[in-house]
Amino acid sequence: MIDRCFTFIIWLTAGIVFLAFGWLISEVVVQGVGKLSWSFLTDEPARSGREGGIYPIIVSTLLILGTALVIVIPLGLGSAIWLAEFTKKSSKRVQSTRLILDVLAGVPSIVFGLFGYAFFCGFLDLGFSILSGGLTLACMMLPILIRTTEAGLTAVPNDWRRAGAALGVSRTTLLWQVLLPYASPAITAGLLLSIGRATAETAALIFTSGYVDRMPESLNDSGRALAVHIYDLSMNVVGGDKAAYGSALVLIIMVVIINLSANALSEFWLEKKINRLQ
Amino acid sequence: MRLFSLFVKVTTAIGGSVGVATFLVMLSGATTFHATTLHAKENTRLVLTGSSTVAPLALEMAKRFEKSHPGVRIDVQTGGSSRGVADARAGRADIGMASRSLKQSESDLFSYTIALDGITIILNKDNPVKTLSNDQIRNIYTGNIKNWNQVGGRDTRITVVNKAEGRSTLELFLHHLALKNSDIKASVVIGDNQQGIKTVSGNPGAIGYVSVGAAEFEADYGTPIKLLPMGGVDATVETIKHRRFPLSRPLNFITKQKPHGMIEKFILFAQSTVVNDLIEEQYFVSLAVPLK
Amino acid sequence: MNKSVSQTKDIDWWFGMALSLLMGVAALLLLLIIVFLTNEAWPVLQGGSWAQFFNADGWYPLENKLGLLPMLWATLAVSFGALILALPLGLGSAIFIEYYAPKFIGKPFSSVVTLLAGIPSVVFGLWGLTKLVPLINNIHPPGASLLAAVLVLALMILPTITLTSRSALSSLPSHLLQNSAALALSKKSMIIGVLIPSALRGIIGGVLLALVRAVGETMAVLMVAGNVVQTPTGLFDPVRVLTANIALEMAYATDNHRAALFASGLLLMILVFCVAWIASRLSSGETNGYD
Repeated sequence: MIDRCFTFIIWLTAGIVFLAFGWLISEVVVQGVGKLSWSFLTDEPARSGREGGIYPIIVSTLLILGTALVIVIPLGLGSAIWLAEFTKKSSKRVQSTRLILDVLAGVPSIVFGLFGYAFFCGFLDLGFSILSGGLTLACMMLPILIRTTEAGLTAVPNDWRRAGAALGVSRTTLLWQVLLPYASPAITAGLLLSIGRATAETAALIFTSGYVDRMPESLNDSGRALAVHIYDLSMNVVGGDKAAYGSALVLIIMVVIINLSANALSEFWLEKKINRLQ
Repeated sequence: MRLFSLFVKVTTAIGGSVGVATFLVMLSGATTFHATTLHAKENTRLVLTGSSTVAPLALEMAKRFEKSHPGVRIDVQTGGSSRGVADARAGRADIGMASRSLKQSESDLFSYTIALDGITIILNKDNPVKTLSNDQIRNIYTGNIKNWNQVGGRDTRITVVNKAEGRSTLELFLHHLALKNSDIKASVVIGDNQQGIKTVSGNPGAIGYVSVGAAEFEADYGTPIKLLPMGGVDATVETIKHRRFPLSRPLNFITKQKPHGMIEKFILFAQSTVVNDLIEEQYFVSLAVPLK
Repeated sequence: MNKSVSQTKDIDWWFGMALSLLMGVAALLLLLIIVFLTNEAWPVLQGGSWAQFFNADGWYPLENKLGLLPMLWATLAVSFGALILALPLGLGSAIFIEYYAPKFIGKPFSSVVTLLAGIPSVVFGLWGLTKLVPLINNIHPPGASLLAAVLVLALMILPTITLTSRSALSSLPSHLLQNSAALALSKKSMIIGVLIPSALRGIIGGVLLALVRAVGETMAVLMVAGNVVQTPTGLFDPVRVLTANIALEMAYATDNHRAALFASGLLLMILVFCVAWIASRLSSGETNGYD
C-alpha cells in the first residue's frame, strides 16, 4: 500500500514537472514559431532586431561557446581528475580547494561580467570581444564542471582502483580505460549543465563580448550573444517581443542539438570501454 | 593492444600540458594580434558606449554610416548613461551616449543632442481614470493615495511602478514632481522601459512612467495601456518636438575633446535629416529640420 | 617487471604534475576574482564603515544610506523558498527517470529536463512577467512578488537537482541493487533505505549547486520579484534580491554607491561560502555507503 503511494507520488512529481515545462516551452513555441524561417536563420538583423534574422548572432554565440569550451574542458577535467584521483580526500589543501570551488560556483554571473570587463577587456587589453566573452564564460563554467566531474569520479567504486593497482596498471591507464568511461555520464551531465548555463548567460556577456550585432570577422571582434539579443529585444526594443520569442526558440533548438550529440558521444564511449572490459 | 595503450598514455600525459599551453598561447596571441589590428585600423574604428536607451538607435545609425563610408567600423556597446560619460572621459570610448543632459560636474565635456525623448504617465487600459493632476500623482507616488476610488476610479489598490536608482528617467520624474526618491512608496521597481510597459499592461491597478514614443507604439499595436497628459499637455511626439511637453530629455552624444575627423563626421551624420527615419523607428523625436 | 613498474610510476608522476599545474591555473583564475572584488569594494569596507550595511536605514545610495540587510533576507527567502519547492520535485524526477519510467518515457523526459537547464533566464523571466505575475496579481496585487520569484526560480534550479541526483544514482554500483533485491526489500524501501543514502554525497552536491545558482540568479528574479527594497513579511510582498540590486544599478552607479554594489557581490560570496561549508560538513559526516 505504502509502496503504491510512493509510486504514485513519483509519477505525480514527474507529471508536475512535465506540465510546468510544457507550459513554458509551449509559450515560447507558440509565440516564436511565426518568426522561424530559413531567412530568419540566415539574414542579418534589421531595425534593431525587430526584422531581419539572427545569423551573425548565432555565429557569435557559437564562437563564444567554442572559445569557452576549448579552455574549460582541459582545465576543468584536468583539475577534477587531480582532485579526485591524485590527492588525499581528507587533506586540508584539497578540502579548502573544494570549498573555494563551491564559493566560485556561487558568484553571481553579473559579478563575473564585471570581473571579465575589468580583467580581460581592460587589464589584458582584449577589449569587447568574443575572446573576452569566452574567457569570462570559461571562468563561470569551470567550478561547475570540476565539481560534477569530481563527483562522478568519486562515485566509481574503489574496488576497481584496488584491482587496477593489484594488476600493476598505471593510474593513468586505469583512469583512461576504466574510471573516465565509468564516470562519463556524470561528466557529460556536468558539461551539459555548464554549457546550458553558458548559452543562457546574459549579464556576464553584455559587459564582455558586447552588443555589436554585426558578423564577427575574428575572435577580437565584439559579437552579440543570443541571450543578450533576447534580453535587448524583450526589455529595451519597442515591439521586439515576437523576435525575442523567435530567438529564444532558436536558442532552445540549439541546446537540444548540443545535448543530444553530447549524450550520444558519452554513451558511445561508455559502451565501447565497458564492453571491452567485460 | 599494447601499442594502443602506449598511445593513450602518451596522449593523456601531454593532454594536460597542451591544455595549459593552448590557454596561454591563446591569451598572448590574442593580445598581440589585438594590438596590431587596433594599430592598423586606428582611424577607422569608432567605439560608442553608454545609455541603453540610445544604444539601439546608435547601432542603426552606425550601420547606415558604415554603408556610405567603406572601411569604417563603428562598435556600439551599452551599459548606462553614467558609463557613457565615464568612458568618454577616460578615452575608452570615442563617443559616449547619455539619455540626459550633462551635469555641472561634467561641463568639461562636449555634448551633441541627436534626438529628444519624453516621459509620461501610463495606466492600464481598463482603468477609467482619464487625467491626473501633479498633486494627485505626487500623492499616489508618496503613498498618501492608495486606492483608485480616491481619484475617481474603481475600488482597486494602486500598484505604484517606479524606476531603479540612477535612471535618468527617474531623476527627471522626481525633479518634475519635486520629490526625493526616499519619499516614494513603490510597489514595483523596474529597470527598462519595456519592463514597465509589461508590468502596467498586466496589472489593471498599476501606474507607471515610461518613454512617450515606446508607450505610443505599444498602445497603437494593441498593448492594453494608455498615456495620460502631463500638466494638461497631451503626450505626443508633436508636443515634445515643439518643446511644449513638460517632461522631456535630450539623447546626447558625448565627447572628451572637440570632435574632429571621423568622429565629427559621424556626429554630424547623426544630427542630419538622413537619419530621421531611424529616429522615428525607435519612437524618439528628431530635431533636424528638413531642408525646404 | 621492475622496469615496467618504474616506467608506470614515471608516467603517473608526469601526469600528476600536469594535472596539478592545471589546478593551479584554475585556482589562480578564481583567486583573481576575489582580489578584484575586494579591491573594488575597498572604499566602503575600510575603517569599519562596512557596519553601515547592517544598521543603515534603508537603501538610498544617492542619499548615502547603504543598508543591505533587507536584500540579504530577501535573497535568503527567495533561494530557500525555491529550494524547498524544487528539491522534492527534482529528486522525485530523478528517481522517476532511474527506477520508474519505462524507457520510452524516461529518455525523452530526461532530455526535456536537460533542455531546461539551457533555457536563458531571460526567457523564464519573460514568461514569469507576462503570464505568472498577472495571474498572481489577480489573487493579491501587485503580482510581482516573493512568490513569483520563488516559483520561477524553482523551475530554473530543478534541472540542476534532477541531473546531478540522477547521475549520482546511476553511478551506484549494481551490486547494491542486487543485494537489496536479494534481501527482498520493496522498491520503495530499497530507494529510500539504500540507494538514496548511498548517493547522498552526489545529491547534496547537486542541491548545493542548485542553491548556489538560486542565490546567484539575476535576470529572471529582476523581472518578476518587484524589486522594492524591504524585508519580506509575506509571500505577496515585492522584494529585491542582492543580485538584482547589482544588475539594476551597477551601470548607473559611481563612487561609494558602486563600491557598495561590489561589496554586495562579496556579501553574496560569503553567503555561498557558508552554504558550501555547511554542506561539506554534512557530506563528510556521511559515509559513502560502500566504501
